[in-house]
Amino acid sequence: MSKIHVTTTVNGDPTEFLCEPQETLLDVLRDELQLTGSKEGCASGDCGACSIELDGRLVCSCLVLGAEADGREIETVESIADGEKLHPVQAQILEHGALQCGFCTPGIIVAAKALLDRNPDPTDTEIRYWLAGNLCRCTGYDKIINAVQDAAADLRGEAS
Amino acid sequence: MRYEVADTVESAASLLAGEAGQSYVLAGGTDLLVQLRAGLVQPDLVVDVKRIDELRTISEADGGYTVGAAVAGAELGEHASIGNVWPGVVEGAELIGSTQVQGRASMGGNLCNASPAADSVPALIAAGATCTIVGPNGKREAAVADIPTGPGQNSLEKGEVLVSLHFPARPANSSDAYLRMIPRTEMDIAIVGAAVNLTLDDDGTCTAATVVLGAVAPTAIEVPEAGAALVGTKVDDAALEAVSAAASAAARPISDKRGTAEYRTKVVGVMAKRAAKIAYDRAANKGGK
Amino acid sequence: MTYEPKDLKVVGTRPVRPDGVDKVTGRANFGADHALPGQLVGKVLRSPYAHARIVSIDTSKAEALAGVKSIIVGEDMQDIAHELSQSGESAIDVHDLSLNVLARGKVLYDGHALAAVAATSAKIADDAIALIDVTYDVLPHVVDVDDAMKPDAPVLHDDMFTKGLEETPTTASNIASRMEMAMGDVEEGFKHADVIIERSYKTKAVHQGYIEPHAVVASFGEDGSAYVWCSSQGHFAVRDLSAKVLGMDSSSIRVIPAEIGGGFGGKTTVYLEPLAIALSKRAGRPVKMTMTRAEVFRATGPTPATSMDVKIGATKDGKIVAADCEFRFHAGAFAGSPVGAACMAGLTPYALENARVVGYDVVSNTCKSGAYRAPGAPNGAFSVESAMDELATELKMDPIELRHINAAEEGTKAIYGPTFKQIGCKDVLVATREHPHYKSNLGPNQGRGIASGFWFNVGGQSNAAINVHEDGTITVVEGSPDIGGTRAAMAMMAAEVLGIDYDRVQVVVADTASIGHTDGTGGSRVTFATGMAVTNAAEDVVTQLRTRAAATMGVDVDDVVWQDGAAIATKGDAGSLSLAEIAATAARTGGIIVGRSSINAKGAGPSFATHICDVEVDPETGYIEILRYTSIQDVGKAIHPSYVEGQMQGGAVQGIGWALNEEYFYNEDGILENPGFLDYRMPVASDLPKIDTVMVEVPNPSHPFGVRGVGEAPLVPPLAAVVNAIEDATGVRMTELPVTPVKMLAALDARKEAAE
Repeated sequence: MSKIHVTTTVNGDPTEFLCEPQETLLDVLRDELQLTGSKEGCASGDCGACSIELDGRLVCSCLVLGAEADGREIETVESIADGEKLHPVQAQILEHGALQCGFCTPGIIVAAKALLDRNPDPTDTEIRYWLAGNLCRCTGYDKIINAVQDAAADLRGEAS
Repeated sequence: MRYEVADTVESAASLLAGEAGQSYVLAGGTDLLVQLRAGLVQPDLVVDVKRIDELRTISEADGGYTVGAAVAGAELGEHASIGNVWPGVVEGAELIGSTQVQGRASMGGNLCNASPAADSVPALIAAGATCTIVGPNGKREAAVADIPTGPGQNSLEKGEVLVSLHFPARPANSSDAYLRMIPRTEMDIAIVGAAVNLTLDDDGTCTAATVVLGAVAPTAIEVPEAGAALVGTKVDDAALEAVSAAASAAARPISDKRGTAEYRTKVVGVMAKRAAKIAYDRAANKGGK
Repeated sequence: MTYEPKDLKVVGTRPVRPDGVDKVTGRANFGADHALPGQLVGKVLRSPYAHARIVSIDTSKAEALAGVKSIIVGEDMQDIAHELSQSGESAIDVHDLSLNVLARGKVLYDGHALAAVAATSAKIADDAIALIDVTYDVLPHVVDVDDAMKPDAPVLHDDMFTKGLEETPTTASNIASRMEMAMGDVEEGFKHADVIIERSYKTKAVHQGYIEPHAVVASFGEDGSAYVWCSSQGHFAVRDLSAKVLGMDSSSIRVIPAEIGGGFGGKTTVYLEPLAIALSKRAGRPVKMTMTRAEVFRATGPTPATSMDVKIGATKDGKIVAADCEFRFHAGAFAGSPVGAACMAGLTPYALENARVVGYDVVSNTCKSGAYRAPGAPNGAFSVESAMDELATELKMDPIELRHINAAEEGTKAIYGPTFKQIGCKDVLVATREHPHYKSNLGPNQGRGIASGFWFNVGGQSNAAINVHEDGTITVVEGSPDIGGTRAAMAMMAAEVLGIDYDRVQVVVADTASIGHTDGTGGSRVTFATGMAVTNAAEDVVTQLRTRAAATMGVDVDDVVWQDGAAIATKGDAGSLSLAEIAATAARTGGIIVGRSSINAKGAGPSFATHICDVEVDPETGYIEILRYTSIQDVGKAIHPSYVEGQMQGGAVQGIGWALNEEYFYNEDGILENPGFLDYRMPVASDLPKIDTVMVEVPNPSHPFGVRGVGEAPLVPPLAAVVNAIEDATGVRMTELPVTPVKMLAALDARKEAAE
């Protein structure tokens, strides 16, 4: 077995790592790069807890090989806040109490931000369908939808 | 397992052909990585084809479209015009998995993975789409319908790469639709699926129709009787019932953890008639084009 | 401590939780987020058969693989006698637990662990697992609970002789025990019934579905002690159960609680932890183990599949005269299903003179069942509340009216013994009847169902310490893993008692060596019992603050009151001293101030809930859509309303999933066919409408802030609420869960054919 040398950009930082051919990007982020914010819930693309953006596209990192990151740009939950300043999605999730155990929360935040980057004024239905790939077992999704709506309003510059 | 990146179609084909053991094309990876993790496949080589332009672009010429085999569902959905011309094809592709899966999954992969319940396949067949395939013996064309040969089996030879899918120019007043039945609203494999592609003349009478069913046979199946039941009609209730009956009659499903054979047989008829109605309404609203 | 209504400044508001920023930035460390230098990766070999004798295990090829550092098999574990250990909400037999952790002699379910390996990488560990040679003698198996009770069923344990019968049988069977509770005379009662509903119901096993798989890092040191990092609802239980299974002293194991990604009762026991400790001991290095999603489904603790018979009789004016139930629950491979709790809870929303519940705990070749949010009660309520719905229809009575006529209230004696103090059962029913949802209109193919439910909530042991720092800020140290925002509730109650800002309070969930024993986070107990301990500790601090202030101000301590965060002299002009001022001089006035409380909390207030559910059923496909849902519950006093609403919403959605789509699907070989989120179908965001909540606040008289547990009751009513709504929409009574579109359409078609 020989490892593959990968050169990539993670959260804006030039990054290099070695990985086995069959290792997923999720494995690499967590075990090689110690970016444990992205979570493994299923390793089969069904729960969204491992959500990241790859070249600006929302994907499950458990469905990407580490080797495929070469030359690409990866953004994980760790890049969403600007230092101490939380992104409106993060702040509204806290305001609304839209997390209980918090395990699905990083994936939800990455996915919700990806939605609002594209669609600044989504309906509740659009939010729900966009987030269908992010399983939450604790909240019943209700407060998450409300939080995303208020974050969208914040980003549009409106009072929420 | 080895991982190689191919820069051209020819180099992809030659890498795949040159591997003595099991070799796989890696496009979106949304089926391959799941199977890899579950131990269902043990590749000796995966060839990443996502750097090859022809597999990643959508182009239009004379009203027809060429879609690279590794174009992601999300990219297909974002294209300016293909969704207007082939809404059924695009909606089938966009039903595969979650938003995250959509960021990667491709029609080429969905077709070659050859699940009997594949969501993009019925509409591709109904559209009369063709494929360009490149292999050790050069380039060839094939009908989409000829690619899946059984559950998880496709007709590509070792070393062949599916490069792109072609959609013919549409006659005026044409449209398509794909519907599937799943127990939730998202994230499920289709219990049954049905695609309808049809053309109307200027007074709204159907002049051509193709009905293709998914998840009721080892591969997607075209049902000529169902298509025939639409031709010459204005897709009224009687025609829709005839479509439903023909679809149910043609279905030969299994019972599994997702549904019983009885359920699939019945509901595929329901999906076929509802898809026919949607395709008709879409085509009728278009007017001369 | 009893409840006293007072003006509250912090309790009842909605501040951001103290651990919130870590959780939204990915910084919070869950079970799998921890790593120790030099750690190995541990993996488990699991049975591919539902029932088999282990003839031999040969690990020699695995041992020879480079990078493999330790292997354990069942024979390496010690034999333990049957002994009940209290853990989470239910007692666990340590002998059975040990066999579940690592099989000996027989494997009893698809996924049963029988060996574990630690190696220098995950890949090598997986390769080593594949190199372990096991010879099995495959045995016939049984999955269904009614089949498992038949005399010709394959028997799992040849030492299982049904307990609780008048005569202990001499032949082994799969029926672990029978229990019965009764009041009055049901036979006599039924004679007075004008209407009797008698019906049977079945449910399938369902999983708690927490998104975080089990994970542990264990390090066994040369001094014979183990450090264990894991996510668990009860790290004290992890310590004590691991100690018993491994034959170690509890004092030799220190368990650090990671953040926990959901539990719902499923993480109140041990699976990987003893294995990781044992592997680490053999290898001399730390071992990290995580479960895959398939392992979580195959080999942790889903809730039982059940088969239930319910008979309820009433007079024509709606008074229930008798209720008789038999509940048969399968506990999986070892005894101990929550059938007892189902017996205690199913009929409890009603004041009954004549009632009887019989429960059977039955083993079968499926993984050992575990606790799932009000364990047993959702099943019991499904059958009872479905029967009540039919009864209301027969009596031509509004279903809320029927329940209200018979509702339990203060003074009602429950079938399991206690007499209720102040409870919210009727208040909840009234709030349901008056809710706009209940009066709104329905369209074609649409229907509405309501259902009620009860859960005891428990108290139990909690320890808390409050450290007052020199700068006047405080740290609350407690031992309850924070699954749903309880750190916030603890901070709020401490801030309220001390009269300081919420922001001046930090909360730490301490490890097993750093705080006194605290029962697990479950049983809806944390805000109640740990909250009570925190409140007591805060009161202890207040007493000390007043004493110090009195000395400093030169007055008698009885002349000092604590108000708005300051000690105020009630006589003369000695003035006042704030907490910060007193803390600043504490070292000189007697030493740093620490408040403590160690309690076994009594007086947990029970919860009552009623849910309203609207559905639409597609008559051509059987697809069921939830159109509208309202959850109404007596929540005692909502310390942090957002988190109480969250419990109500989350439980309702779990119930919707259980009612419509979730089930363990076994094939004819007893193999689980859907051990993944693709085909184990939990609700996704697009499946659901908003879940409206109404918090009815009837304070619990036994808690200083009136707290009742709220976490579990939300899962009790939804199953019947959904099924009753389906009946209203279609006229078809579904008695088996889940009601998938496939089953719904089959039932609709059968009814159509019967009508023709």
